[in-house]
Amino acid sequence: MRFIARRLAFYVAAVWAAVTVNFLIPRVMPGNAVDAILGKFQNLTPAVVKALEIQFGVGHKGSLVSQYFQYWNNVLHFNLGISTSQYPTHVSTIIGQTLPWTLALVGVATVLSFAIGTLLGVLAAWRRGGWLDRALPALTLLQATPYFFLALLVIYLFAIKLQWLPYGQGYALGLSPGLNWAFIHSAIQHSILPALTIIATSIGGWMLQMRNVMLTTISEDYILVAQAKGLSTRRVMFTYGARNAILPNIAGFALSLGFVVAGALVMEIVFSYPGVGLTLYNAVTSNDYPLLQGIFLVISLTVLTASLLADIAYAFADPRARSRSAF
Amino acid sequence: MPARSALRRFAAGFGRLPLKAKIGIAILSLFILVAIIGPAIAPYDPFANTTQATPGAPNGQHLLGTSATGGDILSQMLVGTRPTVILGLVTGLVATALSVVVGTAAGYLGGYADEILSLFSNVILVLPALPLLVVILGYLPHTGEVATAIVLSALGWPWGARVIRAQTLSMRNRDFVLAAREVGERPLRIILFELLPNQIGLIAASFVGTVLYAILTSVALAFIGVTNLNSWNYGVILYWAQNGSAVELGAWWWYVFPGLAVALLGMSLVLINFGLDELSNPRLRSSRVMNRIGRRSWRPADPTPVIREGMEAAL
Repeated sequence: MRFIARRLAFYVAAVWAAVTVNFLIPRVMPGNAVDAILGKFQNLTPAVVKALEIQFGVGHKGSLVSQYFQYWNNVLHFNLGISTSQYPTHVSTIIGQTLPWTLALVGVATVLSFAIGTLLGVLAAWRRGGWLDRALPALTLLQATPYFFLALLVIYLFAIKLQWLPYGQGYALGLSPGLNWAFIHSAIQHSILPALTIIATSIGGWMLQMRNVMLTTISEDYILVAQAKGLSTRRVMFTYGARNAILPNIAGFALSLGFVVAGALVMEIVFSYPGVGLTLYNAVTSNDYPLLQGIFLVISLTVLTASLLADIAYAFADPRARSRSAF
Repeated sequence: MPARSALRRFAAGFGRLPLKAKIGIAILSLFILVAIIGPAIAPYDPFANTTQATPGAPNGQHLLGTSATGGDILSQMLVGTRPTVILGLVTGLVATALSVVVGTAAGYLGGYADEILSLFSNVILVLPALPLLVVILGYLPHTGEVATAIVLSALGWPWGARVIRAQTLSMRNRDFVLAAREVGERPLRIILFELLPNQIGLIAASFVGTVLYAILTSVALAFIGVTNLNSWNYGVILYWAQNGSAVELGAWWWYVFPGLAVALLGMSLVLINFGLDELSNPRLRSSRVMNRIGRRSWRPADPTPVIREGMEAAL
């Protein structure tokens, strides 16, 4: 398991980098959280300003090194500071409320998009020149479309013109979140359009990569041998072809996750979906620096965890990764 | 006449490109043209406000309609093309230069230098770029095109560096590189004159990909409002459309035209990259050419078809 050990070491480095970047940004950049509050409430007495500065940790007491250790201590205790726009709520409380929405929506949509896209890529490569193969350029062009633009179109068409599905918020007004059928039904209904948008924009990439690798794989001699042996088409296609061609797709999954998440965050803003993306938007518009940083940290850690899982899946899928160290 | 022969060679080279690349280059050229002359031919002042309170549908005076405050969408787009295109190209140039430097250095030097550079670029690659951009740009007091281009370049190079490193790694022990080293050429000369010319295709593809990333990301950033809202680009128009509830009002022209422009610009870049891919990997060539060769779909057990010079031109 040297491969997994190496990857673990890499992710430790990545987590360290994310936390350190987050620590350094407010200390290097101009502007701070108290200025943002001062902008919101005028006529604060100097004593209040002083108290706020202490509360938000502005002014940075102690040496940079001691601040750094203090910061790590806070992060390990999920103490991400206090939001300035929803004062005095803790940043971790706000993120705790919004993260499950994003995780459920983006997680399910990404896994679906990956699975369907990979399968379609296999089929497109197998029937080279067939209708699916010829439709591929059109699908990949969706990649060049900004997520939020597609989201605007989807809302206009399906939610406003045709009124098939609701949009905005995560569930219908008047329902309280909980494990009851009315809420779950409403939540699923509200998530269909956002999920479709994510799938439509990301599926082409998986499909194209799978098709291109599959094309190379099925021209290998062992595929010819398998066919000559008289194995069923399905067995040759999946067990002999796709099984080997899927490796770059899994390896790419970890790396492209950042892009998918970025697109999904902006998509949430368009749909007013109550996830992290919308919170990020609100934090930007109200200059809520502690919240912005907390969101960056949590999204980074989530993406890194998902990437690590994808890498572990890769180690299981590729025997070579288990025996030698890989880049 | 050297000028004419150079022009002819250029035209011939363009003629040999795959069809996809030709279409892509044509669309991109159109956008570059608009970026140059756009502000001069804009019929209205994009900042002009009227007292009207609702967005106006496209009509004879305003071909692409107006925003809720009476701003002419066509003029906003004509003026906004330049910053969008320049931001994309500049970021592409800077980030690709960085990725070439880091990629060749890591691949050629090997050892600890490679380990450290690879670790560094992989860490940047797995960190989610958009939230990081929002945090950094959110702290900058005057978030404009320059700041956005700098931060986008600083975060946009690792992808290309990875690919170029892998290619350098596979080339550094080929005979012609070993021969050059044997002759006693300095490492810098080997990198510049032996390795880089063999990676032009890869570098071009990485440049096009980075421009696409820069344009899509900058438009997304502007759409969330992380930009200078006093200048025009496609993202800013979309920001005001979202802010003015264009979707709820049914003012489709307010977001469809700028959105389509971004999609078209992105599409031209994707097409160019498809073309570059096909140029370097014959197995990916258009299935129509394949059909023409075999008069049937290509089956896995068939030998890889050989494409002769000029067959794509027949397309």
